[in-house]
Amino acid sequence: MRSPEDIRKFWLMAALGGAVTAVGLAAAHFMELHGHVVTGMNNQVVWGLPHVFAIFMIVAASGVLNVASIGSVFGQPVYKPRAPLSGLLCIALLLGGLMVLMLDLGRPDRVIVAATHYNFRSVFAWNVFLYSGMTGIVIVYLWTMFERRLNHWSKPAGLAALVWRFVLTTGTGSIFGFLSARPAYGSALLAPLFIVLSFGWGLATFLIVQSTMYAWESRHLDAAVQRRMARLLGIFIAASLYLVAVVHLTNLYFARQGAFERFILLGQDGGGAQALLFWVGYVLLGAVIPLVLLFHPRLGAGPNGERWTLAAALLIVVGGFAWLYVFIIGGQVFPLEIFPGHVAHSSFGDGVVADYRPSLPELLLGIGGLGAAFLITVVGVRAFDFMPQDDFISAAEA
Amino acid sequence: MAAAAIGGAMLAPGIQLIEIARAAAPAGTTSAGANPQVRWGMLIDTTKCAAGCTDCVTACNAENGLDPQPSPTSAQWLRKIEIKEIKTGRAASVPVMCQHCAEPPCVDVCPTGASFKRADGIVLVDRHACIGCRYCVMACPYKARSFVHEELTAQQPDVPRGKGCVEGCTLCVHRLDKGEKTTACAEACTKAGHGAIVFGDLNDPTSEIARRVREIQTTQLRADLRLDPGVRYHGL
Repeated sequence: MRSPEDIRKFWLMAALGGAVTAVGLAAAHFMELHGHVVTGMNNQVVWGLPHVFAIFMIVAASGVLNVASIGSVFGQPVYKPRAPLSGLLCIALLLGGLMVLMLDLGRPDRVIVAATHYNFRSVFAWNVFLYSGMTGIVIVYLWTMFERRLNHWSKPAGLAALVWRFVLTTGTGSIFGFLSARPAYGSALLAPLFIVLSFGWGLATFLIVQSTMYAWESRHLDAAVQRRMARLLGIFIAASLYLVAVVHLTNLYFARQGAFERFILLGQDGGGAQALLFWVGYVLLGAVIPLVLLFHPRLGAGPNGERWTLAAALLIVVGGFAWLYVFIIGGQVFPLEIFPGHVAHSSFGDGVVADYRPSLPELLLGIGGLGAAFLITVVGVRAFDFMPQDDFISAAEA
Repeated sequence: MAAAAIGGAMLAPGIQLIEIARAAAPAGTTSAGANPQVRWGMLIDTTKCAAGCTDCVTACNAENGLDPQPSPTSAQWLRKIEIKEIKTGRAASVPVMCQHCAEPPCVDVCPTGASFKRADGIVLVDRHACIGCRYCVMACPYKARSFVHEELTAQQPDVPRGKGCVEGCTLCVHRLDKGEKTTACAEACTKAGHGAIVFGDLNDPTSEIARRVREIQTTQLRADLRLDPGVRYHGL
């Protein structure tokens, strides 16, 4: 039986989520009505802040399902009770991210055209199926976990979800990987990089939501379980950092990539903001400090590790946004080199670092997507039993 | 009986509209569509391009209803890029537009197939199918595409454009399909006496452009990408 206090809290959370989502929708309406001229985007930077939010959410959605996969597919008992929450978060983040992506289109009224006309050479066309299919598969997966008679189907459903999300995240990374035009993209490494990034961002998001839910229910996460998840998160972050390092290191060996790498890594020729975001935002705040917080025996790996792990998870999310900003926007503001070895200038921004300042409607749309994900999570948790039940699992057995 | 009458009443207006549309097709156009034997292309002689001259750009803007005083959010289908080689100091002035590649990356990435290549080599955007995702703008190695950021006014009747869609140089397809022989930019450059732009059928060995590219050295921009653009440059 829920207490009046619980009911009040629920409605407050739902109202908050609803309000944030509504503001996001209003921002999208404003953008559609007047055109993208009301945003900071222009013909040099066509994908702005909404894409940073949307891609973070979609990648995190894929990664958050990892928790369920480790339980269902790899049979780790500690993760099994967490699988339903992981499925719910996957759906919530995916729908939130898709909402932002679709509302940022120049013609969001033409989503029906996107649903009926397909060019299958385009990763975007596959994504229409991959993203909607993901939602369907996770719903079926959740059903197999909640419906006792279908429990024995949860392993195959979990496997299907695992395979599907590998394809989905490969598709997300390949959106950029298949672009030969720009030095920031066009690399086969981007698909696996996005997969590893999804592991880290997804688990971090899961830990944040789990911590919040435990705090809300005045419960405590078992220390051994907490330590396991913290260690796993640390491994994912280290792996992400490794792949990012390999991408940049390889680029440094290609003379034609040199100017772009100096722009991003050293901040030369107008890249100051990008370099700052990369080194401080991603490497320091998003990777190195979280690694210390997660592995240090007196911090995340210690007896009171929960709040250090939560801090690390929050920093990892911040770092993820920073990395995506540098990746998506840094890759666009760097001048496209049509005439190598020449300086260029024109009326169309050739040869100069583009000017992009995120605008309020873009930020509100992005946050609106987070609000939608939050709302779906709050309603889902209220409607079904998503709280991880550890009572019968001994972490020592795991 | 009533059902047949209702059915007929519903179909009749549509059938009428088909007849009206067919009747409105300009004389001389073939209903078979673009000719696959043709490959439209352009030869730009940058040695004849003066720095600061924008006759081609002005003509393109007027022909297609584009903004004559562009801002960072305005569509620019054709622009002059002033370049200077860093090591030698040699300068050139280069008109750059959609290169109408034989292997267009913009066509590969378009989710709805709105970005497409016609049989005669012209790469276009179908404004009915474009959802404004801007993936083609990200994919283009020449920054040839523009996104329409705001409501448009004073449009040209033969050049459909719209807020929220992506667009680029069409090689004046509306003129070619009416039977005219050249693009607005090439015509303006020739009329002004510069003669820097030649337009024609690259597949026709007797055309002026085919003769010229056989005789003089020409290059394609970012040729290492192997996109085989239909636009060639001399003097770079």
